[in-house]
Amino acid sequence: MQKMNITASPHIASADNTSGIMLDVIFALLPATICGIFFYGFYALLLVAVSVAAAVAAEYLWCLAVKKESSLRDLSAIVTGLLLALNLPPTLPLWMAALGSAVAIVVVKQMFGGIGHNFANPAITARIVLMVSFPTAMTTFVDPFAAADTVSTATPLSGSQEFATDITRLFFGNYSGCIGETSSVLLLAGGIYLVLRRVITPEIPLAFFASAAGLSALLGLNPELGAQGPLETLLTGGLMIGAIFMATDYVTSPPNRLGKIVFGVGCGIITVVIRTFGNLPEGVSFAILLMNILTPHITRLTTGKPFGAEGKADEK
Amino acid sequence: MKKKESILKPKGRVRGGARLPHNKHTAEMESVIIAPPEKVIISMSQHIGAPCEPTVKAGDKVFVGSVIGDTDAFVSAPIHSSVSGEVVEITTIRMPAGNEVKAVVIASDGEMTPDPDIKPPKVETVEDLLAAARASGLVGLGGAGFPAHIKLKPSADKPLDTLIINGAECEPFITADYRECMENPEDILGGVYLIKKLLGIENVIIGVEDNKPKAIKTLYEIAADKQDVDDKVKLMKLKSRYPQGAEKVLIYSATKRKLPLGKLPSDIGCIVMNITSISFLYRYIRTGMPLVTKRITVDGNAVTEPKNLIVPIGTPISYVLDYCKAENPEKVMMGGPMMGIAVYDTALPILKQNNAILAFNGNQAKSKPMTDCIRCGRCMRACPMGLTPAPVELAIKNPKVEELNSLNVMYCMECGSCAFACPAGRPLTAVMRLAKNEIRKAGK
Repeated sequence: MQKMNITASPHIASADNTSGIMLDVIFALLPATICGIFFYGFYALLLVAVSVAAAVAAEYLWCLAVKKESSLRDLSAIVTGLLLALNLPPTLPLWMAALGSAVAIVVVKQMFGGIGHNFANPAITARIVLMVSFPTAMTTFVDPFAAADTVSTATPLSGSQEFATDITRLFFGNYSGCIGETSSVLLLAGGIYLVLRRVITPEIPLAFFASAAGLSALLGLNPELGAQGPLETLLTGGLMIGAIFMATDYVTSPPNRLGKIVFGVGCGIITVVIRTFGNLPEGVSFAILLMNILTPHITRLTTGKPFGAEGKADEK
Repeated sequence: MKKKESILKPKGRVRGGARLPHNKHTAEMESVIIAPPEKVIISMSQHIGAPCEPTVKAGDKVFVGSVIGDTDAFVSAPIHSSVSGEVVEITTIRMPAGNEVKAVVIASDGEMTPDPDIKPPKVETVEDLLAAARASGLVGLGGAGFPAHIKLKPSADKPLDTLIINGAECEPFITADYRECMENPEDILGGVYLIKKLLGIENVIIGVEDNKPKAIKTLYEIAADKQDVDDKVKLMKLKSRYPQGAEKVLIYSATKRKLPLGKLPSDIGCIVMNITSISFLYRYIRTGMPLVTKRITVDGNAVTEPKNLIVPIGTPISYVLDYCKAENPEKVMMGGPMMGIAVYDTALPILKQNNAILAFNGNQAKSKPMTDCIRCGRCMRACPMGLTPAPVELAIKNPKVEELNSLNVMYCMECGSCAFACPAGRPLTAVMRLAKNEIRKAGK
C-alpha cells in the first residue's frame, strides 16, 4: 500500500502568504519613498537604509537571543523599518532612527509575542517614543531640495502663515515634512494598489478621510478655532500615510467591516481634535495608537450575528 | 400561448465565500461507462442515518440491482448490488473518517446481468413516490447522502412552495452534475414535473452557476417547450462563487430566505434536491434500476487522462485511478478539493454520494506552510456564515463550551473557505470541526 498524504479539507489554498502581503506593502510604499529621497536628498536615503537595517537586525538578534526561529522571512521587519523611516524628519540623526527601529521591533512587537500579537502598531509607537524623547530633532524640518544643514522651516501643520494653502503643492508633496508623508498622490497610488491587490480593504482609509475632513469642515464654521480646511487636513502631516498604511495594520485594527468603519472614524476625529485643540502639531500617531488600544473592544462590539441568526432569536 | 421568460437572476447574495480556480477540465468529456472490476466492495453505510445490515451471505448469487443490505430504521436507504456475480464475504472496512462499517464483497462474473425482478414502479401518488424513492436506494448525491424518501415526505404543518434543484456544482474540478445536465436533461425535467405535480409544489427553481452556460441553455430550452404550461419551472443563473451549492447559500440565492440553525429547508417552505439525484429518481421510475452506478469526475494533476466515468458503486478507487492513468498520486480525495476527504488507502470503494476522485502529486499535494496568524481577517470575510475562525483557533487551545458557543461554531458548515483564504496556512476548517466536536461532546 502506497503511503498517502492525509490532511483535513480543504485540500487547496489561496496563493496568499504573509511575506507576499508584506512585499506588496513594500511595493506600495516605494513610490513615496523614492519621492522623499528625491526631495530631501542622499541623507534621506541613508535614514531609510539605517532604519530598515536596524529593524532587521533587531528582529534577527531578538530571535537569536530567545532561541526562536528567525522570522525575517515574513518581511514584516522591513515594513516596520520602512514605515518608521518615512515618518521621520529628513534631518534626524541616524542613531535616533536606529533606536526607533529597535524600540518598534523589540519592545512593541517581539516582547508581546512577535508578528500577530502586538497590541499597537510598532512604527507608530516607535515614532511616538522618538517624538517624546527627542522633541526638537523630531520636529526639525527642511524644505525640499535644501541641504540638510540649512535653517529649519515650519511645516504646514505648525500654522505658519507663509503656507498659504497651496493645495497642488501639498498634493504632490513638494513641502517640508517627514520623508515619506508629504506626497499624497503617491501614497494614494500605493493605497489603491493595496486595495486592488486585496491586501487591504478601503473601509479604514475612507472612514478616516471622511471623518477628518467632515469634522474639520464643521469646526471651520467657527473661524476662531483656527481649524484647517478639509482638504488641507487630508493632505498635510501624516494623515495620508497613517490612514492608508498604518491604521490598516491587520493586527491592530478590527477585522470586520463595521469595526473598520468605527476604527477609521475614531482615528479621523481624534486627529482633528488634537490638531485643532491640542498643543501638539500632529495628531495622527496618537489617534491611531489610541484606536489600536480600543481595537479589541470595537471588534467585540461590532461583530455581527451569524447567517440565519439575525433579528429574532431562534424559536426552538 | 406561452411566452418565453428570461432566466432568473439570484434573489440574494450571501457574503463571503471564495473565488476558486474552476479547473473544470472534464466539462466537455462525455461520460465513459467502464467495465466492472473483478470485485466490488459495497459499504453498508452510504448515507446519513442508520447503516444497513447485509441481507446476503457468502456464496449467494446476486444480480445488478439485487438488494444486498437494508434496515428497518427510518433514516436509511437500502443498498443494491452493482454487479452480477457471487458474494465472496461480508467484511468490515475502515472509512477515511476512521469509523468501521460492514461491507459486502462481490466477485463480478463480468456479465452485468440485471436482476430479473426489476420492473418500473407504478408511481401515481405521493405514497408511491416515497416508496419508489426508498426502494431506489437514492440518497443525496451532491455529497451529503441524506435519504431521498425522507426529504420528499410531505408534512401537514410545513407547506412547501418551492422546489430548488441544486445544479451549482461549485467545487473545483467536478463536472459530474454538469454532465448529467448535458446527457440526461429530459430526466432532470421529468423528475421536476413529477415531484412538482405529486407534492403540489408551486415553484421550481433550477439553480446552475454561470460558468455552465450550456447546461443552463439546454435545461432552459426543454423547460420552455414542455409540460410546464404555467411557466413555474425556472432556471436561475447563479454566481460562480464558492460555496454557492451549499444548501443555506443556495436557498438564500434562490428565495432570499435564511435557513436558521438546526432547521430543515422544509421549515421555510423549501425542498432542495441535487440535480443528479432528481434525474436518477426519474430514471428509476422509468426503468426500475436502482442506484447501482455513479458518475464520477476523475481529475487532479496526478491523473494523466482526466475523465467522467460511470462506475459500479463499490468499485475500488485504485481501479478508476488506473483506468485514468494516474501517476504517483501522493494525495487522493473522495469528493472535491474543498470538502472532499483524503483517503488513506486507494483500495477503499466508491460510495453513492461520491461525485469525484481527485489525485494530486507534487505541489498540488502539499499544504501551504503554516506561519503565525497575522490577524488579517481574511477568514472572517471568507466565512459565508459570518463566523470568526481565527478567535476559534485561539479558543480551542483551552476549550470552554460557553466560549465556543458564543463564537457560534455550530453554524459552521465546514465549507473550507476560511482555510482556503488564510495566508498563514492555518488549519481553520479543522479547528472549526474540533470546536463543534467539543460542543457535541459536552451536550452528551
